[in-house]
Amino acid sequence: MENIAEEVLMGNRYALAKAITAIENERENAMEIMQKLYPHTGHAYVLGITGPPGAGKSTLTDKLAKEYRRQGKTVGIIAIDPSSPFSGGAILGDRIRMNDLTLDDGVFMRSMGTRGSLGGLSHKTADAVKVMDAFGMDVIFVETVGVGQSEVDIVKAADTTMVVLIPGMGDDIQAIKAGILEIGDIFTINKADHDGADKLATELNMMLDLDGVMKEWRPPIMKTIANQNIGIAEVVETFGKHHNHIDGNGQLTVRRTERTKNEMLDLLDSRIGEHIRRNVVENGKIDKLVEEIKARRTDPYTEAAKIVSEMLK
Amino acid sequence: MDKIKVLVAKPGLDGHDRGAKVVARALRDAGFEVVYTGLRQTPEQIAAAAAEEDVDVVAMSLLSGAHPHLFPAVVKLVREKGMKDALIIGGGVIPDGDIPALKEAGVSEVFTPGTPTGDIVEYIKAHVKK
Repeated sequence: MENIAEEVLMGNRYALAKAITAIENERENAMEIMQKLYPHTGHAYVLGITGPPGAGKSTLTDKLAKEYRRQGKTVGIIAIDPSSPFSGGAILGDRIRMNDLTLDDGVFMRSMGTRGSLGGLSHKTADAVKVMDAFGMDVIFVETVGVGQSEVDIVKAADTTMVVLIPGMGDDIQAIKAGILEIGDIFTINKADHDGADKLATELNMMLDLDGVMKEWRPPIMKTIANQNIGIAEVVETFGKHHNHIDGNGQLTVRRTERTKNEMLDLLDSRIGEHIRRNVVENGKIDKLVEEIKARRTDPYTEAAKIVSEMLK
Repeated sequence: MDKIKVLVAKPGLDGHDRGAKVVARALRDAGFEVVYTGLRQTPEQIAAAAAEEDVDVVAMSLLSGAHPHLFPAVVKLVREKGMKDALIIGGGVIPDGDIPALKEAGVSEVFTPGTPTGDIVEYIKAHVKK
């Protein structure tokens, strides 16, 4: 397909799929596609859905997407599943919970493997969000891999982040640890019909108020039973409240400015990394240096400084 | 290099996906990205998912006997999405006598019970268009 970016802007769904493929595989045309689409981004509202494996993130996303569709909004979904650190392969299974959305033209869903990224997203997630944004999706869900405690990249990618938890995963000390429990703008206890949901809510409430500081936005704790569609409309309403809140107090602008800056720095990192791969790794220079370093004729600090100063010439 | 991306799909109404899961797992271990969409998919859902995910391969598993109808339906709809190059393969309980007609309809290869998963991996590597 030629003119992928133009086709995306004209609403061609297959072009949208092709654009994400190009970006994900770092094809030659990826940069041009992003350059052309970038001016058309910045309109979508990005919702991050994160939480441990099996919390019901995909089922919840499916139901939330349907609620937005009922309100006439178009929805993009990017769902990340882990890539194997051994084979590089992945089973991307989030669509199993979202099959009803497949035939809705107002929804575009894409699965991505983490491909070595450790923060709960893939390196190309942010660009995939931008492509869906330029395509014209009103709301874009980013569903992370099932996270443990420290995969918090989602907070950099989303406007509003929801942490999904389920009863029975640990005692209350888990709730005061650092990590994903610090990043929720909204907490949702899914499978709220299971034993321990009230206890978990109490523990979360205590955790959130432990510092005794009155906050402008105190993350609310929602309860859902996603597979029965219970509590869904309330969560969507809360997303709206949070959006209004951060829009009103300028936080949204702050978050997006920070994101733009981070993306710029990530891009620079990756370009510099590429430069080093080409000029230091692939031509074998690194192996010669390693031999010199092993023989203690030089040291890695000196050589790294030399490479960088040569690069900056 | 691009990763090979495969949609493993279960068209129709049979409720057994052990075979599909075994194949999905083998493809994962071969380094492929495998989108698995679960049981009881219509050809329309399979084609739409294949296009959104922009897969290189659509691999269908079917045990119910409805392959003479469903496999060609998937091929037709996938091609209609503009996916000219996608490799479409099938597997499951497929009588040998049915295979020529499926190939005629655009299913590139059919893998019957007992096929080593490695053969499927090799077939995909040899025939996928990247």
